[in-house]
Amino acid sequence: MIYAQNLTKVYGGKTVLNIESLEIPKGQSFGLVGNNGAGKTTFFSLLLDLIQPTTGKVINNEIQVNISEAWKPFTSAFIDETFLIGYLTPEEYFYFIGELRGQSKKDVDELLTSFEDFFHGEILGQKKYLRDLSKGNQKKVGIVASFIGEPQVIILDEPFANLDPTTQIRLKAIIKKLGQDREVTVLVSSHDLIHVTEVCERIVVLNNGGIVKDIQTSTETLKELELFFSG
Amino acid sequence: MFVNKYIIYYLVMDIYIRYMLQKMPVLNIKPLLYLPFKKSQVVYYSLGKTIFSFFNWAHAFFFVPFSIVLIIEGYNPLGVIGWHLGIMALFYCNNFINIMMNNKDSIFYPLVAILAIFGICQYYEWFDITVYSSPVFNMFYDIPWTAIIPWAALIGLYFGAFNYFKNNMYLDAGLATKHAIAKSEDYTWLNRFGNLGTFLKNDIKLIKRNKRSKTTVIMSFIFLFYGLLFFTNSIEAYDNPVWKIFAGIFISGGFLFSFGQFVPSWDSSYYPLMMSQNIQYKEYLSSKWYLIIIATIISTVLSVFYLYFGWDAYLAIIVGAIYNIGVNSYLVLWGGAYIKTPIDLTSNKKAFGDKQAFNVKTLLLTLPKLILPIVIYGLGHYLINPTAGYLFVALTGILGFAFKNLVFRKIEEVYKKEKYKTLLAYKQKA
Repeated sequence: MIYAQNLTKVYGGKTVLNIESLEIPKGQSFGLVGNNGAGKTTFFSLLLDLIQPTTGKVINNEIQVNISEAWKPFTSAFIDETFLIGYLTPEEYFYFIGELRGQSKKDVDELLTSFEDFFHGEILGQKKYLRDLSKGNQKKVGIVASFIGEPQVIILDEPFANLDPTTQIRLKAIIKKLGQDREVTVLVSSHDLIHVTEVCERIVVLNNGGIVKDIQTSTETLKELELFFSG
Repeated sequence: MFVNKYIIYYLVMDIYIRYMLQKMPVLNIKPLLYLPFKKSQVVYYSLGKTIFSFFNWAHAFFFVPFSIVLIIEGYNPLGVIGWHLGIMALFYCNNFINIMMNNKDSIFYPLVAILAIFGICQYYEWFDITVYSSPVFNMFYDIPWTAIIPWAALIGLYFGAFNYFKNNMYLDAGLATKHAIAKSEDYTWLNRFGNLGTFLKNDIKLIKRNKRSKTTVIMSFIFLFYGLLFFTNSIEAYDNPVWKIFAGIFISGGFLFSFGQFVPSWDSSYYPLMMSQNIQYKEYLSSKWYLIIIATIISTVLSVFYLYFGWDAYLAIIVGAIYNIGVNSYLVLWGGAYIKTPIDLTSNKKAFGDKQAFNVKTLLLTLPKLILPIVIYGLGHYLINPTAGYLFVALTGILGFAFKNLVFRKIEEVYKKEKYKTLLAYKQKA
């Protein structure tokens, strides 16, 4: 589904990302871990054509992302608060995204009902603008919005950060379920090793912009990762 | 002294402007709370900082030269100094009154309403408040030592503000950020426009719910009255007929200039979303374009009061509007692609100019916006007659309108080309 080739990004002489080759097959739930500055967000930004690669290319479902925009209809993402529109209420935001993705109000409402548990009564009907919600609640909105319109590729940067424990557990269940769907490719980055090993079938470790580990998740994975990061 | 008659209005205008624009010192206090300072020191520092605010010393530009002129003209120096100091103290009183009013609309708007009533009363000569206020200001001149009175008031207000502040220095009291009660709005009537409607809905909410964009709307309203400078013949330099076109373009295009020049910066805080969503540039731009067009038409209708100055004046505005719709609407959208100033929607900071907004490219784009129509009109006016001048400008506008699709494609290309630079620029917070 996603293929990165000779992908590098250089800022002022410093290489922040250097991926020779990385292929993520359709339907995989893919986890990206690494310390701050390892290049996780840079990689996601390249996937979304928000920055230009210094060399190389990213191909999403046979479309090179910095040449054609045809990847947009089947790709969705929540990277950070710049993916939220602060002066809208959560409902308005969901409908806005829905309209952009060709979903009727009814479709969106249906989807939202299935996330009622996840929202925990703190999102819908709160009479608050997104900018006035807490960080964790903003994140919930952004994550659920990325599920609107049956995307085939979902990119979530640090989805577990800022969430309360209950929501973290619920989010894990949601991502696991998405991972079982062979039509949906999920890309998740995280600083929490336990979370990613639980939800992702494959984990790639980035360090200083390069891939240092590429593991199919097993019972040993968490130990292996902990060993790597404590070194 | 004539000035004393109107100084009351000046003072109230001052407080009005402060209320709208002056930044409250509270906003910067939070990080100081956790540090080892005494509370009174923090308050002292914050209030002290406001003393050096632009809104205070700006008045010196008028009053210092004015006082010097008075002394040279042979007014009693002691009196002038007393008057000057008294007035200055009053402006500083405004400073502290404003701090205590701190965004309390319930106090502020009635105050403005009362002033408006006084203004109307004075205009129709029913009741003249200046009869009662000017003796006060005259007194500062006639009996210089009375200037102590406003200074005493100032000191009182300072301590008032000090205590008010100190008592409210808690995160859940004076320092709390107010949350507006949000109401979801559908605007289902816009659904018939498809994707364009989706963006229009959003843009209407953008304008309605953010401080910065509301200021823009107020500014474009003020632009409506800009023409009074030209059509009343009050300024000799503007008597030349070509200035009428200039005025016409500004009157009908207030919103076009103040809002349009910052497309796409209005969406700067969520530009990455817009760039990764399923969005066509064309629809995005069209929505902004329609908004500008609708606002231009509304401005033109509202400016119907210029008929008072004759058909000629209103015709200039209509012609200006046609040119705005046909030519300038594209030019602002085009120029916006190069501005790349992130906008903080929730504050009025930098609402009145920012050096990043003035670069060579945007400067070059002002030429066709303002100079070209003047030149076109001038050609018609001087070679044939004034009517031909109007006709030429209007025709240019209509011609521009006919090329909409072509121009939009060009603008789209510019936006695409500038995409990465724009994203990077918006990342640096406003």
